[in-house]
Amino acid sequence: MGESVGAGRIGPGAASGYRPSATLPFRAEFRRQASRRRTQLALGFMVLLPLVILVAFQFNSGNETRNRNNEFGSLVDLAVSGGLNFALFSIFVSSSFLLVVVVALFCGDTVASEASWGSLRYLLAIPVPRARLLAVKLLVALAYSALALLLLAGTALLAGTLRYGWSPLRSQVSAELAPAEGLLRLLAVLGYLAVVLLVVAGLAFLLSVTTDAALGAVGGAVLLWILSSILDQITALGGLRAFLPTHFSTAWLGLLSTPVQTDGLVRGAISAIAYATAFWGLAFWRFTRKDITS
Amino acid sequence: MRSPLAATRIRRALATRRRRVVAGVVAVVLVAAAVAWAAQPQRPGFRTESALVTVRSGPAGDEPVELDTTLYLPRDASARRQVPAVLLAHGFGGTKESVRADAEDLADRGYAVLTWTARGFGRSGGEIHLDSPDYEVRDAQRLLDRLAARPDILLDSAGDPRVGVVGGSYGGGLALLLAAQDHRVDAIVPMITWNDLSRAFLPESTGKAPAEGVFKKGWAGLFFGGGGTVGSGPAGVSGTTGGQPEGAPASAGAPSPQPGAGPGTSSGRAPGGAANPSCGRFAEDVCAAYLRIATTGRADDQAVDLLRRSSPAGVLDQIKAPTLLVQGEADTLFPLTEADANARGIAAAGTPVRVAWFTGGHDGGTGPTSDSDRVRFLTAQWLDHYVKGEGPAPGESFTFSRIAGFDALDRGLVATGYHTDDYPGLAGQGHREVNLTGSAQPVANPPNGNPAAISSVPFAGAIGSLLSGVASDIPGQHARFESAPLTEPVDVVGTPTVRIRAASPTGEAVLFVKLYDVDPKGAATLPDGLVAPVRLTGLPATIDAAQPVTVTLPAIVRRIESGHRLRVVVATSDQAYTTPAEPAVHTVALGGGPLTLPTVAAQPIPTTATVWRWALAGLLAAIAVGLVVVVLLVRRRHRRQDSSVHPEYAGVPLAVRRLRKEYADGFVAVSCVDFEVHPGQVVGLLGPNGAGKTTTLRVLMGLTQPTAGEIYVFGHRLVPGSPVLSRIGALVEGPGFLPHLSGLENLKAYWRATGRPWADAHFDEALAIAGLGDSVHRRTKNYSHGMRQRLAIAQAMLGLPELLVLDEPTDGLDPPQIAEMRRVLQRYATDGRAVLVSSHLLAEVEQTCTHAVVVNKGRIVASGPVEDIVGESSSVLFEVNDPDAARDVLDRLTGVRVLPESGDGGLVVDTNGTARSEVVAELVRAGIGVDRVVPRRRLEDAFLALVGENSRGSGDR
Repeated sequence: MGESVGAGRIGPGAASGYRPSATLPFRAEFRRQASRRRTQLALGFMVLLPLVILVAFQFNSGNETRNRNNEFGSLVDLAVSGGLNFALFSIFVSSSFLLVVVVALFCGDTVASEASWGSLRYLLAIPVPRARLLAVKLLVALAYSALALLLLAGTALLAGTLRYGWSPLRSQVSAELAPAEGLLRLLAVLGYLAVVLLVVAGLAFLLSVTTDAALGAVGGAVLLWILSSILDQITALGGLRAFLPTHFSTAWLGLLSTPVQTDGLVRGAISAIAYATAFWGLAFWRFTRKDITS
Repeated sequence: MRSPLAATRIRRALATRRRRVVAGVVAVVLVAAAVAWAAQPQRPGFRTESALVTVRSGPAGDEPVELDTTLYLPRDASARRQVPAVLLAHGFGGTKESVRADAEDLADRGYAVLTWTARGFGRSGGEIHLDSPDYEVRDAQRLLDRLAARPDILLDSAGDPRVGVVGGSYGGGLALLLAAQDHRVDAIVPMITWNDLSRAFLPESTGKAPAEGVFKKGWAGLFFGGGGTVGSGPAGVSGTTGGQPEGAPASAGAPSPQPGAGPGTSSGRAPGGAANPSCGRFAEDVCAAYLRIATTGRADDQAVDLLRRSSPAGVLDQIKAPTLLVQGEADTLFPLTEADANARGIAAAGTPVRVAWFTGGHDGGTGPTSDSDRVRFLTAQWLDHYVKGEGPAPGESFTFSRIAGFDALDRGLVATGYHTDDYPGLAGQGHREVNLTGSAQPVANPPNGNPAAISSVPFAGAIGSLLSGVASDIPGQHARFESAPLTEPVDVVGTPTVRIRAASPTGEAVLFVKLYDVDPKGAATLPDGLVAPVRLTGLPATIDAAQPVTVTLPAIVRRIESGHRLRVVVATSDQAYTTPAEPAVHTVALGGGPLTLPTVAAQPIPTTATVWRWALAGLLAAIAVGLVVVVLLVRRRHRRQDSSVHPEYAGVPLAVRRLRKEYADGFVAVSCVDFEVHPGQVVGLLGPNGAGKTTTLRVLMGLTQPTAGEIYVFGHRLVPGSPVLSRIGALVEGPGFLPHLSGLENLKAYWRATGRPWADAHFDEALAIAGLGDSVHRRTKNYSHGMRQRLAIAQAMLGLPELLVLDEPTDGLDPPQIAEMRRVLQRYATDGRAVLVSSHLLAEVEQTCTHAVVVNKGRIVASGPVEDIVGESSSVLFEVNDPDAARDVLDRLTGVRVLPESGDGGLVVDTNGTARSEVVAELVRAGIGVDRVVPRRRLEDAFLALVGENSRGSGDR
């Protein structure tokens, strides 16, 4: 990114047409990733999941034991009450694990896979400035993560609306929200989820520049996320839990209550942004200094 | 490095690994230590003394009773460092153990805390007299005496300890009564307690006396049952240590009488065989009063007098100790009106009073964390100033809170705190009037109060305030009067009032007036489950003749959102109260005039939420600033970077100067390498495996930082990421392709990444060189090694770079392809271009290159034009049938020397000017058969000098 500051200047002694700031354009990297099977599969699954849930609800016999243990168990019961509720339900069931894996996949695989193919050294020999390479790769990974999130919510909203209609957003902790207001809340939920998932993105990206094994980076990030979730269940840790990156991961439920509970959201955002910044900072610091040995 | 791992290298690697393991272990230990430090139970800063003490009380002060006490004494308390004391009383049904957490909390704050089990409970003796001034209060006075007698307790004067009294519910009542009776008390904090016990159990909301009140049978039964720790307070005061019923809000006392815990069975220390089974541990007069009230639902004067004796109402003017009154909003037992009466009575005597409301109470428990924190803070502040004498005067501002919703994280309720400078009382500072409509409606009184409406389920009040569903009315037994939807929200703080009229053929009616908040969907919520019971007498038979009465509804703190309606319901029955047994039909109508809602202009108490919001803004700003600073720094460093052209090397494609690369583990891959590549040259970098060729090329590609030395490309100093790298095409350490793309797509993706014009790529030339034919459209993951190698060379040639760097280019190629590659490289090094090829094969360099650089063990051993090196040297290889004899012959020839690299089959001989024919003639003359004479070349000499005798690479050093 530092190198991109000199945009427009031709580097000293460079080949004709070469500009550091023009190397590895966002579009080129986006296409690089788009051509990969795992990208297509991950995005495809985001579309498929809401449809699978929809079909599952069709086969619902209606006499299953219902989860009414907490106020939010009603999300399940209300899932079929309208498109917005269906989208909310789809997000609810995938937020704790599926989205984590998908984001870890996009962000953890991006640099490590290039290293394992051996193509990383050729990119650096172009030369794509290291900070620029990381910045573009990170932005593209984040763009795909956001796309996955939007695809999931969009498909669920579309399919749910077609099947169950455009009804107000219902939940047991709030009054009924008019569809417009409900859509706004849904978008806010997506926004907060995106912020929380930045932690996964940061961790996976840091691991991605540290190891040459793409699987290691993705798996490591998911593993640490699960570990943090487990620790968060241990109430004996008390105040320490607030420092766990996953502690505020469900704070988006506060957006469903009336009035909106923002305390957890704000703290969650602080936690996520701080962690993500630290991880990315470390990733850049490390990658711009290390010897590429792959 | 391609050299096989040798022992030294493994040792080095192990050393590195060991360092890492040690570092990892240290890190893990540090983290574990930090967690353990943070999670460890704090060493208590106090010690405890438990004792059964006998005190004398009773009307004459001569009845001994044993009390179970525990004193929590700060560790540093002593005769020289005396500490102030706190008397901490528990709630009804509890013991001294119920308040342990609060006692420890206060002890940590430097107070000696005396807790005891009140008479009639737990292991203490005696009977329950309901905080009677002669019994429980006198017990507490004797405890004050005991405190005063201790050397380590701070005294105001002889026999007068510096002491505050804190308690919730039953303990709160004791605090008020003790402060009135004994002026040695310096401050009190009564929580969720009563003003007039008779009014609390026999309320009447049109202002009638308790004798006319409606009996609160639900709570009275729980109280009398005494099994549960009915007295539960905020901030955990009197919080139970026992199990809680499912669904009760956190820390609320257990409301349900537990089996075997009722009267008579509650303790093994109950008075012996003479105990009345219907009274349990209750004193006889208390028991008798209860039985009378519970039987008839009405209180006689005697019973009211008894309850009044146990009430602070009559002695408030005696209280001189500054009082902090904490009352719960979700409390159907002792509602806000009780604290209000206490506050007014104490303030009238000129004693400092402060009032705080929180969202818990006997129904709501301790309320949300923010509430219990606030109560804890207020308590500590009050005691610190008035007992310990520390900190500024707390002032008399009023704080309260309102349920704001659910917390998504811990699934609890969230309350917002507010404060005003003065206590506004229950009538509020201002009021809003809302008109109700509804015609006169008949309501039926069910016989024996069954079925009955449900207003509150004990301990569900706080939840009930937010969720509709707890409260229910029986059809035919209630009348409804509703307002239009509100146009703007109103924050109700205090007691709303409404006027109603009623008529009844019996002339008398017991009615329950409730105020519902009805949302636009029609869901009605009864705030905190509070109802106003009224007993109307002298009613006319027809509604037209009925006189309006003003009903003071229960005090609530609630925001009625805009669009919501207000609904006043007048019901004839309620499960929590005793109602007339006779069936009857009353008529109920509005009494004219609006529903009056009190309001208070209060400021929200800044919470951590505000702080967090600022923290988030600060964090984002810091990141933005940090990013800008980093960009500016990098830019500055970029500018300062030497971009001048070294004049000496301006026209030289590559000049490597004293290059050295030492790895972190101390391994020296390249110790000193010096060479140049000039235009038109094909330079071969020749050396055995592990000689440092690849490391040199890695540095050259900017992948690795050199330890020392410089590389110049066309005079530009080369560092990782130098723009001048764009003039170099490279194949280093094998091809690297995206396996899911075809060969052609790979080349295109690569060129796209350069960001350079499409036309500059010269794809056709590159593809011709690759010679892959149709395979160029297949995915590279299906390519053979050789195909990948050719594609990689084509990729390196994209854009026709001025310097081509190829690492082992013929690796994997078959002989015709190798021959073709040779021609390609030689052709390429024209028009000012140059090629650097690394190889460990002598023949390849010899045939392909114009110049050669021989490296071994990280050093240059020989360099120069291949012709020069390849030119015949003075050494010759003789293959003879008798080497030993030949050696003798050769030794005799002057100047001729047998070189040490001679092997079994042949002798390498330095002829040193002597003609080869002459040497051969000498050998033949000596009868030695000469099979072959091979002139040696200089390059081979050099190379064999390195490789021939010792094929170990530099990595093995």
